[in-house]
Amino acid sequence: MTITIRQLHKVYRIGDERVHALRGVDIEIKKNEFVAIMGASGSGKSTLMNILGCLDKPTRGAYTLNGKPTHKMGAAELAAVRNKEIGFVFQSFELLPRATAVQNVMLPLIYSKKGWLGARRRAKKALERVGLGDRMGHRPSQMSGGQRQRVAVARALVNEPSILLADEPTGNLDSTTSEEILRLFKALHDDGQTIVIVTHEEDIAGHSERIIRLRDGRVISDLPTHQDPVHREWVQKAAATLHTMAAQTRSVESSQTAGAGA
Amino acid sequence: MFVLRFLQTVLLALSQLRANKGRSFLTALGVIIGVASVTAVVAALTGMKEFVLGEFESVGAKYVYIDGTVPPEMENKVSWLDVQLQLDEIDELAEYASSIEHISPQWRLTVDVAVNAERLQNVRALGIRPEWHDVETRSVILGRPFNANDDQDRLNVCLINDKAIEELNLDKDPIGESIFIAGRHFQIVGVVETKAVSAMFGGGTPQTEVFVPFGTAMKLNPRGWINMAGGMMRDTSDAENTKAEIRYILRKSRGLKPDEPDTFVVEVLQTYIDQFNSIAGGITAIAGGVVSISLLVGGVGIMNIMLVSVSERTREIGLRKAVGARPGIVLLQFLVEAVTLCVAGGFIGLVVGQLLTLAVQSIPGAALDGAVIPGWAIAVAFIFSAGTGVLFGMFPAIKAARLDPIEALRHE
Repeated sequence: MTITIRQLHKVYRIGDERVHALRGVDIEIKKNEFVAIMGASGSGKSTLMNILGCLDKPTRGAYTLNGKPTHKMGAAELAAVRNKEIGFVFQSFELLPRATAVQNVMLPLIYSKKGWLGARRRAKKALERVGLGDRMGHRPSQMSGGQRQRVAVARALVNEPSILLADEPTGNLDSTTSEEILRLFKALHDDGQTIVIVTHEEDIAGHSERIIRLRDGRVISDLPTHQDPVHREWVQKAAATLHTMAAQTRSVESSQTAGAGA
Repeated sequence: MFVLRFLQTVLLALSQLRANKGRSFLTALGVIIGVASVTAVVAALTGMKEFVLGEFESVGAKYVYIDGTVPPEMENKVSWLDVQLQLDEIDELAEYASSIEHISPQWRLTVDVAVNAERLQNVRALGIRPEWHDVETRSVILGRPFNANDDQDRLNVCLINDKAIEELNLDKDPIGESIFIAGRHFQIVGVVETKAVSAMFGGGTPQTEVFVPFGTAMKLNPRGWINMAGGMMRDTSDAENTKAEIRYILRKSRGLKPDEPDTFVVEVLQTYIDQFNSIAGGITAIAGGVVSISLLVGGVGIMNIMLVSVSERTREIGLRKAVGARPGIVLLQFLVEAVTLCVAGGFIGLVVGQLLTLAVQSIPGAALDGAVIPGWAIAVAFIFSAGTGVLFGMFPAIKAARLDPIEALRHE
C-alpha cells in the first residue's frame, strides 16, 4: 500500500474559533492508482492534499506513506520525505522565473541527499519524458502555459517519487492544453506512476480510475470512476448537451440548406 | 559533501545578487562607505603615527633632556642663571644615576668661523664631551669622534657638519685642515652628518655647525653656561624611574626642600612617545567606534532589504520547501546571501579605502606619505563585514526558514 490514512483529523485555530477541516478520514491508495479527490471549497480537500503532500501535519490520526509514519516526523524529516516521495504539480506552475527549464527541473535534486550528482542529466531526461527535449534552455516567460506545466510535471517526476500530487493542474489552462496535460498524466500512469489529482472539475476527474469525494471533512464516496453516481450523471448530462447541440447544429444547417434551396 | 552543498548555496546566493545588481549595490553601499572611511582613517592615522614616531626616533627614544628652569612660584626669587646646570651636577648624575648610560653637557657658543676667504658669522657652536656621540644619534662620517684627551687637554680640535664643508668651501675631505673659530686655529678631526631636525623639536633648515671639546668651549667663553645636558637611558621601559632618579639626585644636590618645586626639567622622550601612542590608540578606537556605527547603519539597510527579499520571494521559498528544502538550508541560503553582500561590500569598501589612502598620501604638506592600510585593519574590516552580515541577515533568514510552505505558496 502506498498511502494509508487512518482516522485523520485536522483542526485549525483561527483566532478563538476552531475549524474542523478533516473529521476522521480513512483512505488507502495502492501503487499505480490514478485517483481524483473531489469536493466543493470548504470540503477539506485542500487540507487533505496538504497532508498527503507532507506540507502539513494532521492534528490526530495516522498517515503512512510507503510504510513510513509521517505523522510522527519533524519539519526536516518531512522535507526529506517531500523531496524523495512526492512530486508536486501546482495550479499556477510555480516555476522560478529567472531559471531555465533544466534549472527548474533540477531544483528538487539540489535538495536531495545524493541526487544532485548528475542532476542536469536527470533533469534533461525528465524534460524529454514530458516532450520538452527541445526547450531545455528556455525560461518560463518564453514558454506557453502548457509547456510551463510540462516543465512543472518534469520537476515533479525528476526524483522518481512514489506519488505525483497534482492540485488543479489544469486550472490555469485552456481546454486544449488541459487535454494535453491530462494525456501526459495518462501516459505516466501507464508507465506505472501513482497519481493523485485534486480537482473540482468532473471532466478532469473523468480521466482518473477512482474518485474520492469529500464533504465537510468526511469521505462521502470512494468508488471507481465509472461507478461513481455523480460522475455518471455528469457524463450523461454532458452527452445529452452534446446531443442537443449536435441536433441544433443539424437543424440550423438543414434550414440553411432549405433556405438556399428555396 | 557539506562543502559542496555550501558552495552550491554560495553560488545560488551570488546568482540572486547578480540578478538584482543595482539593488545589491545600493544595499551594500552602507557597508562600502563604512569600510572605506574606516580604512582610510586608520591608514591616515598610521601615516601620522609613523611620521611622529619617526621624528621621535630621529632623536632617540632613550633620549633624556635635562635643563635648569625657573619654576613660576620662584620667579621673583631666582634668576635663570642661578638654576643653570653645573658641571659637578652633571658629574654626579654620570656617577650615581644608574638608569643613565651616558650623559653629556652642552656648552653653547655663538662664534664666527673663517677659513681662507670664507667667513661665517654667528655660527652655532657646541662644546661637547665624548659621551655626546653616544647620546646623539649622529654618526661621524669622516675622521674620528672626540675622545677623552680632547676634552681634558682642552685641545683646539673641532668637528664640523657636512653643511659646513659646503658653506665654507672646504675640501671634500677636510680632515686635518685648520679653520678659525672665534679667532683661534682649530684643527678639523671629523665630520658629523647634518641632521634635519624637524620643526617639532625646534629645528629648521640645516645650518653650519661646529663642535669643540667641552673643556675647550669653557676656555673660549668662561662666562658661558651649560645650555642643557643630554642623556641616554639604559632601558626605554624605565622612563618614569629614570626621571625619578634624576630628580632625586638633582634635588638633593640643589638642597631643595620637600615643598619647593624643581628648579630644573627632566624630559624623557619615551614618555612623549607613550603619550602619543595612547592618544593615537584613542583616536583609532574612536574611529573604530564611528565605523561600527556606520556598519550598524549599513547592517540595518541590509536587514531591511533582506526582509523585502524574503517577502518578495515568499512563493519561491514555499516552492523550495515543497520540493524538499529543509528549514536549515533555507536559513543558510539567506544568511549566505546577506554575508556575501556584506563581504562583497567590505571588499569594495577596501578598494575605495585604498584609493582614499592614495589620495591622502598625496595631500601636499600633510606629512601623511606613510599612510597605509595596516593588515589588521583589512582583517578587521572583513571580519566586521561578515559579522554584520550574520548579525543582520539572521533575522530575515530565520523568518524565511520558518515560513509555512502552504502559506508561502498561497502568498500573492
